[in-house]
Amino acid sequence: MDSNLNFIYGHLPYWLFIILMLSGLFIVVSRGNLIKKIVGLNIFQTSVFMFYISIGKMKGGTAPILLDKSANNSAVIYSNPLPHVLILTAIVVGIATTALGLALIIKIREEYDSVEEDDIQKMDQKDLKKYNKKNVLETNS
Amino acid sequence: MASEIKQGTLELVNHLPILQVIIPMLIAPILVVLNNKTLSWLLSFVGTLASLFISILLIQAVSDGSILTYYLGGWVPPIGIEYRIDAANAILLFLISIISAIVLIFSYSSLHAEIPEEKHTLFYACFLLCLTGLLGVVATADIFNVFVFLEISSLSTYVLVAQGSYLDRRALSASFNYLIMGTIGATFFVIGIGYIYMATGSLNMMDIAERVSQLGDNRTIQAGFAFIVVGMGLKLAMVPLHVWLPNAYTFAPTVVTCFLAATATKVALYVLIRFVFSVFNYEENFVSELFFLLLMPLAVIAMIAASVIAIFKQNLKKLLAYSSLAQIGYMLLGLSLMSQKGLSSSLVHMVNHGFTKAALFMSLGAFMFNTKNVYIKSLRGLGKSMPFTSGAFVIGGLSLIGVPGTAGFISKWLLLEAALETGYWLLAILIIVSSLFAVIYIWKIIEVLYFAESTETYSEVSVLTLMPIWILAFFCIFLGINTGLTVDVANMATEILFK
Repeated sequence: MDSNLNFIYGHLPYWLFIILMLSGLFIVVSRGNLIKKIVGLNIFQTSVFMFYISIGKMKGGTAPILLDKSANNSAVIYSNPLPHVLILTAIVVGIATTALGLALIIKIREEYDSVEEDDIQKMDQKDLKKYNKKNVLETNS
Repeated sequence: MASEIKQGTLELVNHLPILQVIIPMLIAPILVVLNNKTLSWLLSFVGTLASLFISILLIQAVSDGSILTYYLGGWVPPIGIEYRIDAANAILLFLISIISAIVLIFSYSSLHAEIPEEKHTLFYACFLLCLTGLLGVVATADIFNVFVFLEISSLSTYVLVAQGSYLDRRALSASFNYLIMGTIGATFFVIGIGYIYMATGSLNMMDIAERVSQLGDNRTIQAGFAFIVVGMGLKLAMVPLHVWLPNAYTFAPTVVTCFLAATATKVALYVLIRFVFSVFNYEENFVSELFFLLLMPLAVIAMIAASVIAIFKQNLKKLLAYSSLAQIGYMLLGLSLMSQKGLSSSLVHMVNHGFTKAALFMSLGAFMFNTKNVYIKSLRGLGKSMPFTSGAFVIGGLSLIGVPGTAGFISKWLLLEAALETGYWLLAILIIVSSLFAVIYIWKIIEVLYFAESTETYSEVSVLTLMPIWILAFFCIFLGINTGLTVDVANMATEILFK
């Protein structure tokens, strides 16, 4: 029992990572509102950031900054900075994705006057029936 | 045999791996600053021609089995980022850059029909960024760099797909769905990279391969592999994860559809191949079992089901998109056979199908400029009034079916050989069945083109539009007769990958 608790507590960041990841993924899949989908996607991505940051952390490790050049630093434990730097790149990618997603939503809202996936699908179905044999290029101009 | 190139010298050949990627990347912002429609076309065309030229030089340099490496900033791997060109990625670099050059010729005369003129500069900038991303994914040997380039190409792809909204608003939701699916795929891929880094502490492919082999049976590595397979499965439209593909291909502008259909999914498949062979050990149980038990059945389902769905589609762009799914099935099948022959058939099919599908989508685009429509009924009797476009379409269709003398025949034959060599008779039969379905849906179109009474007459499209179509059609035949460029290089690539 005690070892189980230790296992759960010792891997706390990973549990949080899994919970966040799954809830983010669930929101993306289950919600019909496009904005909520983007929010879910963000949570999903954030969980990965957390995962990367926690794998770089050492117990008792400090920030990887060389404090005193003359002193012998071999006793100091540093956290691994590489995952942190990697995740900076991933954060930038995440922001770009979010921005693009929101821009698309604005466009969708202008065209369909809705951000609900179901409404959009219904309108597409209607379009399909109405214009099936007609000119695709002319119908929109 | 592998000759290492000396680093740090100024000889041009040493810098080719990076030049390939950096030229389109540098041109893209220049276009935005210049903001001139014709000039931006010219500059991007020059950029893609430079990429094409470099990729031909690279393919010559590595076709004897040697490997070109480039250390970014002079940092020696595993600390620095390494670009590594061998036969496997040289062939893909060639495919991507030649398709982009041909597609740009086509876009000069056709883009104004689909996208308003004031957006052309931005369109070309996005196109070049997409090209940069695809070339970068293929050239790099650093797994995190793969992710970054993959996202560069994906983000610009979403924008390019959304450009179809000037004709049909459904392009917007298609692009949005692609964004959601693509980002989930990319994030899965990053999680996989995280697991690999956790277990090995390295990001360089060669270095990881060494460390993975020392680790032995490791759960973290296996989980990382699973995440990477799912992530790439989403990007390459493996069958249950393919939902984004038909709509994205259907509603994107013709230029974009041609480019994506010929390159994007292949690049994702290449990443999967690279990870299986150069990062993980393909002889490891968890790798081969996953391919045998999961990817092979999925590939077969894709081959059969997507072909059947394609038969019933009236929208020809959608028909070709579903046929793309089936073709991706062939490539996955070749890979999942886990034999040298299978892998080389998969690589050859990537190139051959790239040219074939681009030719088909492009001639369909040419039809569309006249008929303003992509439905099968609108093609009635066009074989007479647009003989050259229809001729190219027929050649592409024959290559898609795999008629002897065309490119498609070579790769399907190799795949059949590979399936028979491993003793899977059933697979060989299924490959033929799927090809027969392809005969049905291609014949359906050819029948309408040549044997239906035309209701309206159209004039043939301009020479400038016909030229890229016929270049692609020429390649469909050329690669079916002269296999030196594809099969030999692919065999060399498989030798390197299986080492």
